[in-house]
Amino acid sequence: MRQKDLTVPLRLSPRKRQLKKILVNTDLYLLILPALAVLFIFRYLPIYGIQIAFKDYNIRLGVDGSPWVGLKHFRMLFNSPDFFRIFRNTILFSLYRLIFQFPIPIIMALAIYEVKNRFFKRSVQTLSYLPHFLSWVVIGAIFMNLLSTQGMINSILRMFGQEPVVWLAQSRYFRSLLVISDAWKNSGWGSIVYLSAIMSIDTDLFEAARADGAGVLRRMWHITLPGIRPTIFFIIMLRLSAMLGSDVEQILVLISPVVYDVGDVISSYVYRVGLTNMKYSYSSAVGLFSSVIGFILLISANYASRAFGERTLW
Amino acid sequence: MSIIQSSGDKVFRFFNYLVLAIIGMICLFPFMNVLAKSLSSEGYVVAGEVFLLPKGFNIKAYHYILTNQSFWRSMGNSVYVTVAGTALNTIFTLFVAYTVSRKHVVGRSLIMFLYIFTMMFSGGMIPTYLVVRQFHLVDKLEALFIPGLVSAFNLTIMRNYFSTIPDSLEESARIDGAGNLRILFRIMIPLALPSIATISLFVMVGYWNDYLGPLIYITSTGNRTLQVFLRGIVNASKDINMNDFDSLSELSLETIRGATVFAATFPILMVYPFLQKYFVAGATVGAVKQ
Repeated sequence: MRQKDLTVPLRLSPRKRQLKKILVNTDLYLLILPALAVLFIFRYLPIYGIQIAFKDYNIRLGVDGSPWVGLKHFRMLFNSPDFFRIFRNTILFSLYRLIFQFPIPIIMALAIYEVKNRFFKRSVQTLSYLPHFLSWVVIGAIFMNLLSTQGMINSILRMFGQEPVVWLAQSRYFRSLLVISDAWKNSGWGSIVYLSAIMSIDTDLFEAARADGAGVLRRMWHITLPGIRPTIFFIIMLRLSAMLGSDVEQILVLISPVVYDVGDVISSYVYRVGLTNMKYSYSSAVGLFSSVIGFILLISANYASRAFGERTLW
Repeated sequence: MSIIQSSGDKVFRFFNYLVLAIIGMICLFPFMNVLAKSLSSEGYVVAGEVFLLPKGFNIKAYHYILTNQSFWRSMGNSVYVTVAGTALNTIFTLFVAYTVSRKHVVGRSLIMFLYIFTMMFSGGMIPTYLVVRQFHLVDKLEALFIPGLVSAFNLTIMRNYFSTIPDSLEESARIDGAGNLRILFRIMIPLALPSIATISLFVMVGYWNDYLGPLIYITSTGNRTLQVFLRGIVNASKDINMNDFDSLSELSLETIRGATVFAATFPILMVYPFLQKYFVAGATVGAVKQ
């Protein structure tokens, strides 16, 4: 049998050696060629296409042929009353999630770790991870079912002699609904990361604390929480840098025109204005503005983590 | 002193089990309620009397759904997108991951960077839509899986896995005369099967549950996926043709919704035990990066 040699003879000139090193893997390059083509066409051509944010895009003229208009669409965005509304909603939604949903997976992980009964532990995990795998359409259906006038929540209210509430059509409940449905879908799943962080803590620490007479809560406070601190910081960093992103499927499934004032976020706005009203250039400008800010947030979050000596993304 | 401690721990343990039991119920009950309604008769559903168990048990809503042509059409579309998408996505991810994991490949870090960069910055919804339209993929089911075939996240996981396979294995294969492709198909892929299974399952769930994709790219009713069909039923009654079905008087929209929710979730419930077997690994492998 012939051995395929990956080493390149030294007598060749540097350029030839480089060429030989590439040619030796021709089969691999051919193998990934389709994937690279897809990457180039559907990931990098759109980045090139972002220029329509500075143009008046016209289907007939295409991306290259459409006339430049400078910052017209950005000025339109900043002067629009929608601007304040969608940015406020996006940021508020992220903040509410950070305040109300973020601690739930940590608490769940702490609680699950303390469970000694394996069957119970497994059951709780099975049940609480499941919603993560349901689609937003299904979760929307489940919540609408729960909150409808004949739904379970209103039936319970009626049992206590309260008037039924039309939950979904009221602005003041909408943000809570977003946070609660997000918590329902993702909290159990989110606890996995913390649980595995807890399990990597040296068990001798727990034993030593127990021997010193520390109760469960003391052990959690002095050992578990400090042990998973890097993970918590890492997740907070990710959350902060993704501040301008929201789960667009969630919003599109739960939103209705009645609650646009509190529920419309950047991504749902881009979808509606761009694809439904076909204002391609304007909505690309909105999208570009938010992804540039998102990019800056990500870089600064990573920089900050490095400065504080925490785990970084890169 | 130690007695007080342990009784404190007992109180904690009791509340701990209680809180987790409640969390488990909160996760289960909303789903059970929908299921119970789908199996109940209309009167009880409208009166709001159905909680966790069906009342006036019947399967008419399922009969309605399972004899509905649009349902089967959209189911077929979803199955196609999920199967074709998962197969292509997995294969492409494997190929790229293997290539960038080999130290002797020139340009491996550039390729990796090109993928990672898409995680941080993308063209966005509208420019991507325009490219997809330019390639005549609008209102084609392929638009739902071709544009995002290799995710940077899965690629990183796969590459990290391939990097852990010792070089000596590859070297000995080379001495035996094996080339790149033979090493990939005969050594790397068999070794990586558990990781491949994990990624495929997640990819599969992603395609099955996708709603934004069809919302952006699919325009005709014939190409709707199951999620869009379900959305139609959840939103309004426009999909239910009253004349089609004589016994509709006994069905309420809510029971039909429930049945559709269950039908759309059924495949997920089928793969859930497998997901569960793998998912802890899958979820932590990406997070633990120290």
